[in-house]
Amino acid sequence: MLNVYDILETIRMIQDECLDIRTITMGISLLDCIDTDIDKACGKVYEKIVRHAERLVPVGQQIEKEYGIPIINKRISVTPISMLCAVCPDGNPVKFAKALQRCADTCGVNFIGGYSALVHKGFSAGDMALIKSIPEALDVTENICSSVNIGSTKSGINMDAVKLMGQIVKESAVRTADRDCIGPAKLVVFCNAVEDNPFMAGAFHGIGEPDCEIHVGVSGPGVVRSALSKYPDASINELADIIKKTAFKITRMGQLVGARASKELGVPFGIVDLSLAPTPAIGDSVAHILEEMGLEMCGTHGTTACLAMLNDAVKKGGVMASSTVGGLSGAFIPVSEDAGMIDSAVAGVLSLEKLEAMTAVCSVGLDMIVVPGDISPETISAIIADEASIGMVNSKTTAVRLIPAINKKEGEMLEFGGLLGSGPVMSVRDKSPAKFINRGGRIPAPMQSLKN
Amino acid sequence: MKAVVTVIGKDNVGILHRVSGVCSEYKANVLEVTQSVLQDMFAMIMLVDISEMTADFSQLVDSMEALGKELGLSIHTMHEDIFNAMHSI
Repeated sequence: MLNVYDILETIRMIQDECLDIRTITMGISLLDCIDTDIDKACGKVYEKIVRHAERLVPVGQQIEKEYGIPIINKRISVTPISMLCAVCPDGNPVKFAKALQRCADTCGVNFIGGYSALVHKGFSAGDMALIKSIPEALDVTENICSSVNIGSTKSGINMDAVKLMGQIVKESAVRTADRDCIGPAKLVVFCNAVEDNPFMAGAFHGIGEPDCEIHVGVSGPGVVRSALSKYPDASINELADIIKKTAFKITRMGQLVGARASKELGVPFGIVDLSLAPTPAIGDSVAHILEEMGLEMCGTHGTTACLAMLNDAVKKGGVMASSTVGGLSGAFIPVSEDAGMIDSAVAGVLSLEKLEAMTAVCSVGLDMIVVPGDISPETISAIIADEASIGMVNSKTTAVRLIPAINKKEGEMLEFGGLLGSGPVMSVRDKSPAKFINRGGRIPAPMQSLKN
Repeated sequence: MKAVVTVIGKDNVGILHRVSGVCSEYKANVLEVTQSVLQDMFAMIMLVDISEMTADFSQLVDSMEALGKELGLSIHTMHEDIFNAMHSI
């Protein structure tokens, strides 16, 4: 029997604490769209995506209404496009980006991810062409997201790809300088990328996945913060318990919505991603959870420890609530998308180095960080290499999404608006890592890779 | 199949009448009502059976929302599954 307290708690979570489903993401394999004629391939891609996803948005809206829970984004992830480029070496990969944009327009989805290449051990046919086309693709499309996997625990780090990605990130920012450098905000460089991630910009549909499936990404930092605020004197292990219970409830809701969407669309249910994903809205911040735990401001000493506990408790609570947990699952710390992180960065308390330490204990990595516009491509590459090595050695996913703010200097703000928020230009070291980056080659896989 | 209608806001004459009126319009059978008035704040939770409804569930949601706006109350209509999923193992 339903109890009054539970009903009111759920309504309060949704109304006052920004509880929502961040995304329903449909993963679609494009392997059967491969064609040596790029125009034919684009036609097949459009036909297949629209055939599978045309009901995604209306079904999402119907579920929103039925359960009274907002579903913020409806998204699609596809097979890494570099695989489709492999058989048409003379075609311009940007044609695929434009075809995906047409799909996004037809289906009404917020994003399509998968303009991607996996090059952690080296470049195969199609990879280089795709990577070099990324700045143009992100410039001429609006809703297409791109990612490149440059390293893994099993294979080490492809330093040639790291060098290249530094240039691509910079070029992408330059090309979109007139639109607040939005290009690199849609580009993620991964180490240990996962195949079933529903979150953008790094979503793609891995080749080990079924033809079509539905993933769900939940949100809810506001709910966790509010739950903690009721226990100002609790010890840390009591706080961990409160977080676990809250994460369980949030995840159950994600599981319910995912199962329902999968049934309505006639597509298998993939995973629930247990991430706490913040938004720039007031009351939806991961930084504010850490501050609720007792830090005067996020980014000060103790932040890494608080985040480690939060990340672990979220997983422990969520894992029992869902039949299949996957994706990135942890706490996200994108600077520009989190009101508390923005404040800490503006105040100079949160630095790039502290963020790097935080990424060792939480989901993903250096996310949505605005850096000075005159940053060198080698410095971007070196930041990518640092972050990728944390992922490689700790057998976890790490990612870098840096936005060089062209013509802006440290302390100025870059405004994206919407879910992407705004961020202050953060300082980077001015000594050059160019010689290291220009060596090329590969960082060998660590001992952790030898598990067999 | 059941749904939960919650009504929260300033107390006034005839709230229960108006809300149950919308239910009967769509043949949603009222199973249970819990109601309290604390000072002048009105809070009601209504469990309704929606399996015999004559219209789409989303129409009931819309009508309740419109009624809420008219009466200056916050009215939410949600499928019971969400509460069961979140609060029971």
